Amino acid sequence: MTSPAYTDNAAPQLSAGPRPAPGPAADEGLSRRLRALACTAPLHDLDVRKANLAGEYTVYAMAEVALAAIDLVTLNMDFDTGADHDQIVTRLLPRVAAQAPGRPVAEHERVARWVLENLINVGSVDRGFRAVYGTFGPDGVYVRRDYDFKLIEEVPGYGGTVYLRATDEAVNVLVGALDTDVTSAQIAAEVKLEVLISRGRLADAQLAAEQARYRTVQYAETLRKTLEATRRNVRAVDWLNAVPDMIAEALDHVADRYRHENAILTNIRKARDEAEEPEHKRRAAELVDIVKDCIRRHTQLQSRLLEAGPLFRAEQDRQAFATPTARTGLDLYGQLVAPLLPLPVEQAIRVTDAFFAHGTGLRTPTSVRVGDLVDLLLTPPLEREHLGAEMPEPDLIATPDDSRFSEEQLASAMDLLDLEHDAPRRLSGLLTEARRRDPELPYLVALLAVHAASPPVGTAYRQGERRLLFSVDDGTQLDDPEFGGADLIVGTALLDAAGMAADRTEAS
Amino acid sequence: MSDHRAQHTDAWSEPTAAYPTEGTGPADQAVHTTAAPPVTPADAADAARLVAFGLQPKLLPARDAEYAELLRRYREAPAFARLADAVATGLGLVVLEVSTRAGMAVTAGEDSVFAVRMGDYARRASSDSADRFLHGLAHLAVAAMAFPRPEDLADDAYIGRITVNGVDSFVRQACHRLEERAEEHGDNTDPATDAPGLEAAWRIYARRSSTGATKDARRLAGSTTGIVGKAVAFLTDSGFLQRTGDDAGGAFRTTARYQLQVRDMAGSAAMAELLELGVVPVTDGTATLLPPPDPDDLELAADAGLPFHA
Repeated sequence: MTSPAYTDNAAPQLSAGPRPAPGPAADEGLSRRLRALACTAPLHDLDVRKANLAGEYTVYAMAEVALAAIDLVTLNMDFDTGADHDQIVTRLLPRVAAQAPGRPVAEHERVARWVLENLINVGSVDRGFRAVYGTFGPDGVYVRRDYDFKLIEEVPGYGGTVYLRATDEAVNVLVGALDTDVTSAQIAAEVKLEVLISRGRLADAQLAAEQARYRTVQYAETLRKTLEATRRNVRAVDWLNAVPDMIAEALDHVADRYRHENAILTNIRKARDEAEEPEHKRRAAELVDIVKDCIRRHTQLQSRLLEAGPLFRAEQDRQAFATPTARTGLDLYGQLVAPLLPLPVEQAIRVTDAFFAHGTGLRTPTSVRVGDLVDLLLTPPLEREHLGAEMPEPDLIATPDDSRFSEEQLASAMDLLDLEHDAPRRLSGLLTEARRRDPELPYLVALLAVHAASPPVGTAYRQGERRLLFSVDDGTQLDDPEFGGADLIVGTALLDAAGMAADRTEAS
Repeated sequence: MSDHRAQHTDAWSEPTAAYPTEGTGPADQAVHTTAAPPVTPADAADAARLVAFGLQPKLLPARDAEYAELLRRYREAPAFARLADAVATGLGLVVLEVSTRAGMAVTAGEDSVFAVRMGDYARRASSDSADRFLHGLAHLAVAAMAFPRPEDLADDAYIGRITVNGVDSFVRQACHRLEERAEEHGDNTDPATDAPGLEAAWRIYARRSSTGATKDARRLAGSTTGIVGKAVAFLTDSGFLQRTGDDAGGAFRTTARYQLQVRDMAGSAAMAELLELGVVPVTDGTATLLPPPDPDDLELAADAGLPFHA
């Protein structure tokens, strides 16, 4: 039996092609429903087990709290991370408190935590649930099978934190999310959003705006995965057609959305300012935040898109143009991992055991003297310091100042280049004047003038500066004993600081 | 603790040094046939010392003058090289490469006292076959991520970079693809209750949670990131990886020794085992480590938030 590396065909171990369904074709539907039913079992189980808790907890409707928790987790799932554990508990509290208003807050919190922990199923090593159900196999034999599922799972976040996510099972069975095509959902959401805003139905508008964010996030995630794969192997990604198309599509999307959402933003701001009812005002303000977040994500995606090309070229240089090695290597993923995963575990374990035995290197065995052992056993355990070891005072050494020009020279050059906005000068004249002040100064002046040939307009605009040094080449040759090239025209441009500031407040 | 550690280095250098009295037998003959000057006990001690250096995988020849000098001697004096090889073989070690970049790269032979046993590595693994599999798979996945292309494994100058979360998500993605494929075929992959050994390997991984909150903010040992984290920490101790940062659960880069170990020992051993199972993996040289096939296929359903606001 052969197992090709991942191609689009199924690995033969998984299935031997279409097989005749002997009678129990309906069995498949049955097993699907059995599995769906199993997903609800942990919720019922909560209400059954609440009687066993120490204390009088029967007043709480645990299944209701659990469903609310799953809803909260699903709602709070940010794209990058997930919902925060404590946040979910805090948001559950009002509902728990409403069920038993007379009870202390600590008890409410305990109930909320108990429910959440049971949804994660903290006690088991898989942190999941298992249900057993029976089906008739293709050969007509009744088989009992294990169905493993999770409702809320923990995922790693930044900096080692742990977040919660509702699993597909939880969303499908307990939330009943719709599975629609993303692109069309996006367009529909846009249209809806405009209509809703124009009719002043802000509650629905907020929902539509939240949906609008997904597509951008999805593009970003696709791009990230593509780039990651490129870093591993350029040939794994179709950089001839698929990726450039995707990038172009995403850039179009960003351009389109940016225009669109800025328009929406203006409209909602109007709605927010004109709204009289506090509830409407609050919703409009929320909506402004969401749309702003959308714009932020679009900008983020755009900058990532622009980095994609250079990364590809760099990786291509590294991977494709390197001298080929004489040895042929083993394709660890394609020849080991990929064929191994579909195998039954009792076979796969032989391969992983072999890899482990030969791939972990060596350990020098410890040999202990009885004398040491006694000492070791009698040593009191080291108290772990809460704050850790004291930081040693850093020993700082002043680095010698090796700048080419001194501060005074810079001040002098800047003074020289502080030109009137209506009186630009030639570089040659500036150089002569500089040479009169200090023989080193012309170098600095020339450097600054060359830099001014491409002035950082964007930065100056953002920082709200009033004037900007620029230089232009009009084709005149520079006649100078030390420098060659064009005799630049150096001048100062006035920037419309007030207008820029107004624009900025408008944009933010 | 420190004098305890010093103690067993001593304990080890003694038998290594004492060993050649037996080990010189074949080496002696070899020396006599080439009519080189006879091997003295001092040579044997030096050869054993070189092997002892090789047993400290994190020690770099560039950092230790004596180590570097012995390496030079290994390469220049064939008689000495044979002596050192004999010492290593006698101790149950396999010499992978002797060079300035990798040092005296030795590894434990099968059944050697230096070999790492799965039971010592992870306690649960000896009783629970799922854990045992996951620990083995973690090591395999780390190697596959560190050397994604066959060329990378063959190229001596290549340095692989991995992160703990990266390894976990890449295996998960592979498992997810198998799950989808099984669904497309309408297969029921739920294992029979009385035959857990027949459960597909990918399901074991997919089932295990990737992380979990613990009381003291450490990584949950039984989660897949915990298992991968253990593997990379162990490999770092073996001098196979070097930690480069803390992002994404810990970032690491590979050393020359790791490449040798995977290329010459582990890869072929695992491959032989796979062939014995009757699986003949064939690749046509195209890339196998692909990004997710469907760009729209993300964990988050587009309208996941829909039912709540309405």
